[in-house]
Amino acid sequence: MAGDIVIRAEALTKRYGDKVAVDRIDLEVRAGEIVGILGPNGSGKTTTILMLLGLTEPTGGRATVSGFDPLREPLEVKRRVGYLPDQIGFYEGLSARDNLTYTARLAGLTRVEIDARFADALGRVGLAESARARVSTFSHGMRQRLGLAEILMKRPAVAILDEPTTALDPHSTQEFLAMIRALKNDGTAVLLSSHHLDQVQSVCDRVALFNRGRIALAGTVTSLAGEVLGGGHVIDVEAAGADIAGRLSALPGVVRVQPLGPNLYRVDCRHDMRAEIARALAPSAELTGISFAAPSLNEVYNRYFEEARNAAD
Amino acid sequence: MPRIRRRGGSPWTGLGAVVAKEAADHLSSARMYILEALVFLSALTAAYVAIRTIRATIGESPFLFLRLLTLSQEPLPSFISLLGFLIPLVAIALSFDSINGEFNRRTMSRILAQPIYRDALLLGKFLSGLLALGVGLVSLWLLVLGLGLVLFGVPPNGEETVRMLGFLVATLAYGGVWLALALLFSVLFRAPATAALAALGVWLLFALFWTMITPLVANAISGPPEGLFGPRIEYLDTAQIIDRL
Repeated sequence: MAGDIVIRAEALTKRYGDKVAVDRIDLEVRAGEIVGILGPNGSGKTTTILMLLGLTEPTGGRATVSGFDPLREPLEVKRRVGYLPDQIGFYEGLSARDNLTYTARLAGLTRVEIDARFADALGRVGLAESARARVSTFSHGMRQRLGLAEILMKRPAVAILDEPTTALDPHSTQEFLAMIRALKNDGTAVLLSSHHLDQVQSVCDRVALFNRGRIALAGTVTSLAGEVLGGGHVIDVEAAGADIAGRLSALPGVVRVQPLGPNLYRVDCRHDMRAEIARALAPSAELTGISFAAPSLNEVYNRYFEEARNAAD
Repeated sequence: MPRIRRRGGSPWTGLGAVVAKEAADHLSSARMYILEALVFLSALTAAYVAIRTIRATIGESPFLFLRLLTLSQEPLPSFISLLGFLIPLVAIALSFDSINGEFNRRTMSRILAQPIYRDALLLGKFLSGLLALGVGLVSLWLLVLGLGLVLFGVPPNGEETVRMLGFLVATLAYGGVWLALALLFSVLFRAPATAALAALGVWLLFALFWTMITPLVANAISGPPEGLFGPRIEYLDTAQIIDRL
């Protein structure tokens, strides 16, 4: 169902002096796909974004966005890409309309196009009543949505969102994620950088995990879970009794046991061990629940970096 | 494989939009009101000086209107030296925060994500500043010319008009130099206050200290000012060249 490839990076590299910020990364994003890019601060996410936009020159490798090279034809690329920077600012003294009109003029839209798209874009982000209000009266969430409206007006092939939900309240976050899904339905390819793993998991089709300038892992959350958590058989056990954790870890085939709460344990195992666990606990413990746990990106992320740290030591 | 360094697209894409927006900002800003107040005061000064002194010197020069610009009377400076003093200040005030201001408002990344080159943004900022300065200077020029007409009751002759137009163009170019300098500092320094101070420092250097430095440098280049037979011509020439810079 995915469309044409709109972002392609091949061995893209950026060095600042001796320091390698981005190290030979390969990335493909198709139309109508939401790809999450994750990783600690300073792992090369923003540098990659800037290279894709043509705002920074790569030291090696190549990238194409909608078939254009950001290095040679940055204007063609930027005409097709909407970018929401992580720290967004507007001209405080101007109205929402004047702010967006300015960037739309810079984007090369005509007056007629601006008039036609403005109301629609502002309506979609829920700011229709604030069109004439000065941006200085806007809350953080409204500014973020105004930034998204700017992207909508451009009708880009690619939208790059750099930590768009940081510092939004839970309700605004859900609304914002819904707007991102709407972009996907328009056929826009979305590159979403975020630290909120549960949000990434809920909207992204695929994720790419950055570590020290490289893409350490890439794929769907389920496939990453298989890779990192080993087999992907994670079972939640709800049981009351003495030394449940110890008895669980003693079972052959159990990789790891993690207490999640009172009488709740998460068990990683090599194969489906629900029956064996039930049998082992039955004699002396009160088993109230046993089920497969959905792999969470949070877990994948933490486990990966735990292992990476252990490997480095 | 040799890399092709040429980039596609005109560097002036979006220039019009930048100029229009920045000029609108300038024209509605508080700085413009200050500029207008300065324009008005300068014109009044010129007229005042002219009223006080012109009748005494009326027969001396065929260029009555040019005298309006160059006459000075204590404690007021002549119109030209007043402008030489004011224009750098106004130009610096117009552009010392134009680029770093965009950074600090965090609007820069949004602007540069649009299909324009940085050149268009810089040139657009410069041209809009020049436009604002031009509006001020042209109105000042017309005010002085009008006051002259009222005071003298005779229209300027052809040569005077041409020379006054030349004066207008020269002052605008002079303002442009300071505008460009302040713009440069606004690129170099992240804090607007630092950029303003740096630009004012350069202005002070030329406005106050240059006359002190001149004899020193001239001395170093052409030797001592007094030769065996009175002042040496080379020294005076060098001093004058540096002074006029």
